[in-house]
Amino acid sequence: MGASFPQGKNRISQGGNRIPPPENRILHGRNIVPGRVEGEALVSHEPISGWGGIDPMRGVIIEPRHELFGVCFAGKILVFPSAKGSSGWSGFFQTTRLSGTAPTGMIIGRISAKSALGAVVTRVPAVTDLDADPCSVIATGDWVLLDNATVEVTKR
Amino acid sequence: MFLTDEEKAMRDGAEGDAVAAAMDLLIRYGYALDADRLCTIRNVAGTMTQPSPVKARLVAEGGWDKAFAVINLDSDADLTAIPQMRVPTCQLQHGFGPDSVDIVPYPKANVELQNDAESYYGRHGVNILATCTPYQVGNLPLRGEHCAWMESSAVIYANSVLGARTNCEGIASTGAASLTGKVPCWGNHLDVNRYGTHLVSVEGTRVESFQDWGMLGYFAGGISGEDRPVITGNIAQPDLTELKHFGAAAATSGGVELYHIPGITPEAPTLEAAFGPGPVAGKHVSGKHVPGKHVPEKVVYGAAERQAVYETLNEIGTSTDVDFILLGCPHASVDQIRLAASLLDGKRLASGTELWIMAPRALAVMADRSGYTSVIEKAGGRVLADSCPAMSRAAPTGTKVFATDSAKQAHYLPAILGIEAWFGTTEECVNAAITGRWNGGLN
Repeated sequence: MGASFPQGKNRISQGGNRIPPPENRILHGRNIVPGRVEGEALVSHEPISGWGGIDPMRGVIIEPRHELFGVCFAGKILVFPSAKGSSGWSGFFQTTRLSGTAPTGMIIGRISAKSALGAVVTRVPAVTDLDADPCSVIATGDWVLLDNATVEVTKR
Repeated sequence: MFLTDEEKAMRDGAEGDAVAAAMDLLIRYGYALDADRLCTIRNVAGTMTQPSPVKARLVAEGGWDKAFAVINLDSDADLTAIPQMRVPTCQLQHGFGPDSVDIVPYPKANVELQNDAESYYGRHGVNILATCTPYQVGNLPLRGEHCAWMESSAVIYANSVLGARTNCEGIASTGAASLTGKVPCWGNHLDVNRYGTHLVSVEGTRVESFQDWGMLGYFAGGISGEDRPVITGNIAQPDLTELKHFGAAAATSGGVELYHIPGITPEAPTLEAAFGPGPVAGKHVSGKHVPGKHVPEKVVYGAAERQAVYETLNEIGTSTDVDFILLGCPHASVDQIRLAASLLDGKRLASGTELWIMAPRALAVMADRSGYTSVIEKAGGRVLADSCPAMSRAAPTGTKVFATDSAKQAHYLPAILGIEAWFGTTEECVNAAITGRWNGGLN
């Protein structure tokens, strides 16, 4: 925290009610896989399991108790707090790359050996240790530009 | 990341292109972790032989050298040849083997692919232990030994019960470690990351059964996430099977890789020792340390918490018509096989119900020799080696409802196979196999 962020302008809806401003923001963190990518965010507030948590052939989250159960992450910038579960995590995400179902970027709240290696073998731009909680700042559907250690969020 | 001259030489190809590719992966991985350096290891537990559609395609395209390069080294290069493993390396659990044919509905092509893999990797110096519990069949790292292991239930056992030092590595990092004897010196390899972060106190209930150790582990993982719980209170002296179950559950509900039980696990002679010398700081420190406090506020695990865990693990079950019983996750000890045999002695499984006990092949051989397997088979059950339904995505044909004594399988298998789950004691599970009905409940 502590950085200042560009503030959106307040808008007035047709009914005259004030709509909260969309707060576009720039987050700074530590790059874990170099590169630049932009795309639509898919945000998980819960940790993600690899083995037993995703179907890598379809790029879909399959853990029944998970908030994103049944949701496809292929082609999205995946935003999640951490990896959990089996050490098959990285291998499953590597398989999404080999199967064409990978996310296009990863924004990870807190890395572990599992998620760091996972990002490396998925070979998509990835960042962690941001100066604000990415899972709170970014919402599913927001447009995200991930450029090495920087994340630019455009609210949708 | 600092590299020694030897490591730089490996990176630059002095030991061949496969070792160079391995070092390249370790450098990319070390960058991702922000590690300062690599550490030297000589104990790798990874996975190379497990069949998968991607692996089958790669083997067809370029043989096992190609599959190892792409999957185990994350390399696209056409490597000349994969050399011998540089350090002792074992294969963890993988797919079902020849003993499963005509019992498990599992593709014969996979069994054949895996047989082929075993000969290739055996020639390259991989010990085919074929179990998620290498510590049960001869791979017991010593306290302080740096390792590169994968399999979350084995990692947590090695770190916590044995006092060895390993992160929860993956397929590519263990592959690279096997050819270099190196892995990033990060996380659990460093003293500062081995102290407790959460205090769990068992109060108002007593944890002493196999089932209760699993439920306590599931609770501890849920409250500590990827951090390090310290367990105290009303607990009995655990044994290998109970801590095997506890750790697997804590690594399933959370991402726990290291815990302490003061007076029992080796790095925690006392409660204070478990939490270390006080708050520590630095870029490599992971976990939530409570500033100014050595021992954080306790989280109580009591009767209500126990009930809640039980209900969570049973929330997928609705039908009490059970058609499949699964024991041995993580892979059963000989004592667990013996217990199942004694419960099944002279009994017969209900028609349409199957019971499988998963075990390392070395221990299945011991169970055969001790006569336990024949008792289990007379009742209609099976002892199966090498794999499990979750790894191989295979259960008896038509399974709709299964029961298990493993918190880990109760958590994972419904997602993997789309079936209902019941979690209970070993006795309740065997009873369900005999009657075809689930009649479990928390006592």
